[in-house]
Amino acid sequence: MANTDLAETDLEFVTFSAGGQSFSIDIGQVREIRRWSPVTPLPHAPDEVLGVMNLRGSVIPIYDLAARFGLDRTPESPRNVVVIAMHGSQTVGLLVEAVSEILSVGRERIQETPDVRSDTARQTITGVITVDEGMTRVIDLAAVVQPRGKAAA
Amino acid sequence: MAPQSSIRDTFFEECEDLLEALAEGLAAMAGGARDTDTVNAVFRAVHSVKGGAGAFALTDLVAFAHRFETVLDGVRSGTLDLTPEVMHTMQRSADHLADLVEAARNEDVLPPDVSEAFLANLDQCLGAEPESLDMGDTPFDFAVIPLEFGDDPAPKEPAGYVIRFRPLQQLYANGHDPALLIAAVHALGPCEVALDLSALPDWDGPDALTPGLGWTLRLTTQESETVLQEIFEFVEGLCSLDISPLEDAPVPADPLPSPAASPSPPPGPEAPPAAASAAPKSDPAAGAESAEARGPKPTLRVDLDRVDRLINSVGELIINQAMIAQRLQDMALASDDDVSLHVEDYRLLARDIQEAVMAIRAQPVKPLFQRMSRILREAAEATGKSARLVTFGENTEVDKTVIERLADPLTHMIRNAVDHGLEGPDARRAAGKDGTGTIRLGAAHRSGSVIITIRDDGAGLNRPRILDIARRKGLVAPDADLADAEIDGLLFLPGFSTASAVSNLSGRGVGLDVVRNAVTALGGRISIASVPGQGTEFTISLPLTLAVMDGMVVSVAGQTMVVPITSILETIRPAPGDLHRVGTDDSLLSIRGRFIPTVDVARSLGFTDPSARADFPLLLLVEGENQSQCALVVDAVHDQRQVVIKGLDSNYGQVPGVSAATVLGDGQIALILDPDAIAAHRAGPAATAAPRPPLFHADVHHGQH
Repeated sequence: MANTDLAETDLEFVTFSAGGQSFSIDIGQVREIRRWSPVTPLPHAPDEVLGVMNLRGSVIPIYDLAARFGLDRTPESPRNVVVIAMHGSQTVGLLVEAVSEILSVGRERIQETPDVRSDTARQTITGVITVDEGMTRVIDLAAVVQPRGKAAA
Repeated sequence: MAPQSSIRDTFFEECEDLLEALAEGLAAMAGGARDTDTVNAVFRAVHSVKGGAGAFALTDLVAFAHRFETVLDGVRSGTLDLTPEVMHTMQRSADHLADLVEAARNEDVLPPDVSEAFLANLDQCLGAEPESLDMGDTPFDFAVIPLEFGDDPAPKEPAGYVIRFRPLQQLYANGHDPALLIAAVHALGPCEVALDLSALPDWDGPDALTPGLGWTLRLTTQESETVLQEIFEFVEGLCSLDISPLEDAPVPADPLPSPAASPSPPPGPEAPPAAASAAPKSDPAAGAESAEARGPKPTLRVDLDRVDRLINSVGELIINQAMIAQRLQDMALASDDDVSLHVEDYRLLARDIQEAVMAIRAQPVKPLFQRMSRILREAAEATGKSARLVTFGENTEVDKTVIERLADPLTHMIRNAVDHGLEGPDARRAAGKDGTGTIRLGAAHRSGSVIITIRDDGAGLNRPRILDIARRKGLVAPDADLADAEIDGLLFLPGFSTASAVSNLSGRGVGLDVVRNAVTALGGRISIASVPGQGTEFTISLPLTLAVMDGMVVSVAGQTMVVPITSILETIRPAPGDLHRVGTDDSLLSIRGRFIPTVDVARSLGFTDPSARADFPLLLLVEGENQSQCALVVDAVHDQRQVVIKGLDSNYGQVPGVSAATVLGDGQIALILDPDAIAAHRAGPAATAAPRPPLFHADVHHGQH
């Protein structure tokens, strides 16, 4: 995270809801937010990979974030949005129910992920931040899009 | 260090061009061309390599190029007859020169005895002719070469010049060195240099800064005056210079301010003498112009990544245009609506841009073909056969990547053609043919593809022997009855090699199957035709570019997908009786008396949506690796179109059964299927479950995996 002096204490996150829970992702990784459009399913893809869509000529895979965390697939709704995010040179889309806000917090407000039982959660959530009525989970994009075992084949 | 190495890189890039010109010129000479232009071009190429190599102190290269150049000079001046032996030596020397350049580029050293052998060959050509050029000056040589005009009449008048050269103060101030200039003159031929001290200033005088040295050079050369003047081009205005033909000599050195011959003030001291002495010859400016007209067209070396980025963007532009056009169509505007007309213009422009951009990646196959003539020479030498290569359509342009990836298969096929295709000289004569075999290598564009043909005029395929070998190796069932074309096709099976003795060249077990795989990987096809006694012809058909592909648009389980046209043999709508169930899942298609396995694409991809199942499925007969055929079951076939290939790997990863994706006109993504992988997927588990019974002809499925 390339911080200037000013931003040294403040980090910015985009928060959104998926599967009824609040997640957030470093704003530096977010490229744009698009409305949902139909995707082309991929054969032999894991459950959370909905398919691929066309982003100005690039073929990008769309992950259902809720499904990725073992929740039910996000029900189809016109309100659904796709968060286009970049991890290294890889561009992916995350299907979420709604984007909530941009959160600017000091580094010290991020707490380590408490010891939860779910493997998925431990591997893909780097921390939690308390917000007004609850908390938001900071996700590790790399871990989210990493092909899992047999799914990679 | 860095600038030096980048100049070095430039030198090697130029060497590639020069070696290409050399090979081309020699090929023309071997074909009978004896005109001055051709010989000069060859000479220039070697000379330029030598000059550049000198600058980088590549001594092996310089030494060899120098000797080579001496032979060429003999040919050029007519003192050396261009016998076939000399011609052969020169071609082999050109090959060796290329090796030396390659070695120098990799900072390798070739074993000295190899060079010795080639040098000895060259010496043999020269006979007793002595070395005439002075080696010491070569590092400066290369400044001279490009300026040597093929059309100048100099070779006919072996003459010389008297050059009176007196640097002004500014010349030294600008960092020029008279010694280098003199060395450059010296490189043109034997030269007498006399120092003229007559203008040395009085040591006690006030003007000790004024240079007082002058030189008079008496040069014997065949070069034109233009060449001489070019040497002094960089010091124009910085010296007083007078060049006059040797006949006008003897001229004693003039005292310094020589008002008549050399106007010393800067505005072009060279102009008057040039105008005066160049009158009987061609005007230097005109000479330069004509050289430019004949020389290579100006080019630009561009990083390939930049071109690819541009190609990608243009691909998107095309898709974007298609999407706009489709939206407009949906809006049902009047066809003469302004917007529709503009969008039509947009479409045409976008196509133009696409073609122009694709043309950047396209390169003529000529360098590739030229490399093959070397392969042929080496193969002929190794097998003791006599062969010549005739190429046509060298200017056919193909995508750069295709050319690069075609080099290995083509090399293999040329070797094959010499080794297996052509008969020995005696057998040829016995058959009433020329003792020297001809291998024709050609390229042509045909309906969006590039066709490359390799034809030999040898004995043709020995079909009984091929069949015999295939049977012995268990590639076909002993009782299989194969048509001629099917027998020919056996050559492409893995592990097939007809050479009874394993020769140095081909026949190391790597056979035509490797060639075939390389061609298939490029989205192409290869076929073979042979007439006994007359020869064999291989035809490779390749797509023009790798970024675009011809595809058949089909639906599978409600999804639109694309199948590469190159792998489709035919589409079949089976009659009810044509499909035969085997077990619970498999079915076989009977076609023309044979049974072909079918693969349900939807099931193979894991799309099992029975509601989307069409009542009357279509079959696509595809041919996979090892020429095994299978029929893909799809729901419907829509149309054929060119699609832009988009990789899935960068953002996602590999998907089994899918080679890439493309964007359709409506902006939706369609997957491009990989029929080979789908067919293999079928073969995999089924084959391990139980050995497949030889239900159908034994010719196709015995390829070892």
